Amino acid sequence: MIPELGHFALVVALALALAQSAFSFVGAATGRRALMGTSRSIATGQFVFVAGAFAALAYSFVTSDFSVVNVVQHSNSKLPWYYRFAATWGSHEGSMLLWTLMLAIWTFAVAAFSRHLPERLVTRVIGVMGLVSVGFLLFILLTSDPFERLIPAAAEGQDLNPLLQDPGMVAHPPMLYTGYVGFSVAFAFAIAALLEGRFDAAWARWSRPWTTAAWCFLTVGIMMGSIWAYYELGWGGWWFWDPVENASFMPWLAGTALIHSLAVTEKRGTFRAWTVLLAIVAFSLSLVGTFLVRSGVLTSVHAFATDPRRGIFILLFLVLVIGSSLALFAWRAPRVGLGSSFAPVSRESMLLANNVLLAVALAAVMLGTLYPLFLDALHLGKISVGPPYFDAVFFPLMAPAVFLMAIGPVASWKHAALPDMWMRMRWAFGIAIVTAFLLPFVLGRWSPLVAFGLWLGLWVVAATIAQVWQRLSSAPQRGFAARVRAQSLSWYGMHCAHLGIAVFIFGVTIVEGYATERDLRMAPGEHTAIAGYDFEFKGTHELPGPNYTAVQGDFDVRRVGSSDVFLELHPQKRTYAASGQTQTEASIDPGLTRDLYVSLGEPVEGDAWGVRVYYKPFVDWIWGGCALMALGGFLALCDRRYRLKRAASVPAGAAAARP
Amino acid sequence: MIRFLKFGVPLLVFGILVVFLAIGLTHDPREVPSPLIDKPAPRFQLTRLEAPQRSFSPEEMRGKVWLLNVWASWCVSCRVEHPLLVDMARKRMVPIVGLDYKDQRPDGMKWLSTHGDPYLVSAFDDEGKVGIDYGVYGVPETFVIDKQGVIRYKQIGPITQEALERKILPLVRKLNG
Repeated sequence: MIPELGHFALVVALALALAQSAFSFVGAATGRRALMGTSRSIATGQFVFVAGAFAALAYSFVTSDFSVVNVVQHSNSKLPWYYRFAATWGSHEGSMLLWTLMLAIWTFAVAAFSRHLPERLVTRVIGVMGLVSVGFLLFILLTSDPFERLIPAAAEGQDLNPLLQDPGMVAHPPMLYTGYVGFSVAFAFAIAALLEGRFDAAWARWSRPWTTAAWCFLTVGIMMGSIWAYYELGWGGWWFWDPVENASFMPWLAGTALIHSLAVTEKRGTFRAWTVLLAIVAFSLSLVGTFLVRSGVLTSVHAFATDPRRGIFILLFLVLVIGSSLALFAWRAPRVGLGSSFAPVSRESMLLANNVLLAVALAAVMLGTLYPLFLDALHLGKISVGPPYFDAVFFPLMAPAVFLMAIGPVASWKHAALPDMWMRMRWAFGIAIVTAFLLPFVLGRWSPLVAFGLWLGLWVVAATIAQVWQRLSSAPQRGFAARVRAQSLSWYGMHCAHLGIAVFIFGVTIVEGYATERDLRMAPGEHTAIAGYDFEFKGTHELPGPNYTAVQGDFDVRRVGSSDVFLELHPQKRTYAASGQTQTEASIDPGLTRDLYVSLGEPVEGDAWGVRVYYKPFVDWIWGGCALMALGGFLALCDRRYRLKRAASVPAGAAAARP
Repeated sequence: MIRFLKFGVPLLVFGILVVFLAIGLTHDPREVPSPLIDKPAPRFQLTRLEAPQRSFSPEEMRGKVWLLNVWASWCVSCRVEHPLLVDMARKRMVPIVGLDYKDQRPDGMKWLSTHGDPYLVSAFDDEGKVGIDYGVYGVPETFVIDKQGVIRYKQIGPITQEALERKILPLVRKLNG
C-alpha cells in the first residue's frame, strides 16, 4: 500500500509542478496578481508531495519491503537500519527521487524566503524551477519508477553495494545533490532576468546568497566524496579525475566563477551578460553531469546500470532546458549593455582574470572528460584520459589564479595603483618566498615543485594576514575589538575561503611530495619501518559483522627506537554474505600533521598477506581546506545585509516591478 | 547582427556537444567489433614482467584455451576487474596471461604484489607494440584465445560478473569441448 501511495504522490507532484509553471508564466506575462499569488502555495504543495513520495520509498527500504523491485536490488534485511535508509538513494531510481526532492526543497525555500522581492520576478523564478521539476518527475515516472512491485515478493534482498555501506555514503549524495540542484536557483533567477530584460545590481544581490549556499553544499559534498574515496577504495588516493568526479567538479568551477562575477555585477554593474551566462552554465553542467553518470555514455568506476531509454530522455531534456536557455540568452543578452569601464589594473580586471582562468580550467576538464566520447563518435578509437592530462593542464591554470586571488582584495575597484599594492604586499611577498625556500629542508627534501606549491600557499596566507591586519589597524573605530566587530561577515568569509585554498594547497603539496607508500608481503611477526614508525604485523583473525564476515589484521605501531606500542591498527577485509563481494576497510590513524594508513591486500601464502602501509603527511589539510572554503561561504551567508535585506531592498524592489 | 552572433556562441557550442552526446548514446562504450575476431592471435615475443631474462610467446599456450588480459599499473578500471581475475585464478577456471601495457617494470611488479597476481605469466609490453598488433584501444581489454591460437572473443573495459558468466565462461567451456 505504501509504495502505491508513494507512486500516487509522484503523480500528484507532477500535476502540481505543471500547474506551478503554467500559472507562474501566465500570471507573470499578463500581470494578473491572483495567478501570480498561487505560485508560492503550489510550490509548497509540490514539495509536500515529493517529500511524501520520498518518505514512502524510505519507509519501504527501512521496513525491508521485498515486494518492491528497487528494495530487493539494493537492500538486505541484515543491513543496519541506517544503511537501509541510505540505500533509499543508493539506486538510480532513488537518487533521481532524491534529486527531485532537493529541487522541491530549494523551490520551497525560494518561495518562503523571498517575500521582499518583486512579485513578478519571484513568480518567474518559481515557474522556471517548476519546469525543471516537471522534467525530472516525468523522467522518474516514465523511465525510473522506484516503486515498481515484484510479485511474488522476494524472500531476501540482494544487498547494497558494499562500497556504499559506509557513513560517508550516507551523507555524501544528499550534500552533493543539494549543491548541484542549488544552482537551479541562480539559473532560474538568470532566466527570469532574461525574460524581464533587466539585469541590475539588485538582480545580482538577490541571486548571490542562493549561489553561495549552493556552492557551500557542493564544496562539502565533493569533500565528503573525496574523503570516502580515500579510506574506502583502499589505495589512499584522494582524487582520481574519474568522469563522475569531474561531473561534480565542473559545476563547482563554474559556481566559483559565478560567485566572483556576481560580486562584480552587484558592486559595479559590470560583467552582466557574462554573469547570466555563468548562471546558466553552472546549472547546465549539473544537468550534463547527471546525463553523463546516468546514461552510460562514459565508462567510469562509478558506472551504474544503464538503459538507453533513460539516456535519450535525459538528452532531450538537456536540449530543451539548456538549448532554450542559451537561445534566450543569445536573443536577449545583446540588450543587456555594458557596465561601467575599468582600468587594466583594478579589482574588476583581477576578477576578470580569475573568471577567465576558471573558465579555461573548466573547459580543459570538460575536454578531458568528453574526449573519449568525441573520439568514439568519430570512429577514431576508444581511449581513456587519465590523471597525467588533468594534472598537466589543471595545475598550471590554477597557479596564476591563486596568485592573483591573494592580491585581488587589495586592488581597488575601477582603478588600482600597482606601486601602492606593492607597498602593501611587499612584506608578505618576501616572507612567502624566503619561507617557501627554507621549509622543504625542514620537511626533509628540497624539490622545486614542493617549494613552488608551498610558496603559493604561503603567499596566500601572508597576503591575507597582511590585508586583515592593515584593514583592522586603519579602521576608524576605537579599540581593537570594536574594529574587529565593525568588519562585515562577508569580508571575513572571503578571507576564510581564501585561506581554505591555501590550506588545501599545503595538503596537496606536502602529501604529493613526502608521502611514503609501501606495498609489501608481511608474515605474522614481521616488521616494517616507514617515516620513523615501526609497524608490526601480529596476524589475522576472523570477526563476524552484521551482514559480513571480516578477516581483521592486527598491527602494532611503535616509534622507531621505542618499545611502547602507542597505536594499534586493525584493517579489515570483509566478505559480504548476500553478494559475496569483498571489500577492503583501511585502518587509519588520522592526525594534524600525518595519517598512518594500513590496508590489507590479498592473502599470499600461509599466514602472509599483501599489505599496504602508507605515511601520508598533512593529507587531512586537503579536506580541512575544503571545510574552510565552505565555512567562508557560510560566513558570507550570515552577513548582516542579508538579514536586513527586507528594509534595504524595498526601493530596488519597487523599481524592478516596472514592466 | 555581429552582436547576436557573438552571444549565440554558447548555443552553438552546446549544439555541437549534443550531437556528440547523441552519437555517444548509440554506442556502447564497452563494445567495439574487433577485426581480430576469428583471426589468429598476432605472434609476439616479449620478456616476462617478473623475469626480464626469460621470454614469453603465445606459442607456449598452444593446445590450451586461455585469456590474454591487457592491464597496467596506471589503469584505474583494472582495479575494478582485478578481484574477479584473482578469484578466477584461485578457482583455476581458465589460464590467464597478462600483458602489462605501456608500464614501468617496478610499478607493474608492485601492483601485482599489492592486488594479487592472477596471471600464469605477465608479458611486459613497455613500448605498447604488441598492444598495437592486438588493436588495444584502452586498458583493460581481454581476449579469449582457443587451442589453435585463434581469437574468439574480445572484452573491452573491465570484465564484469555478468560478462564473465554470460559470455566468457560459456565460451571457454564450449571451446574446451
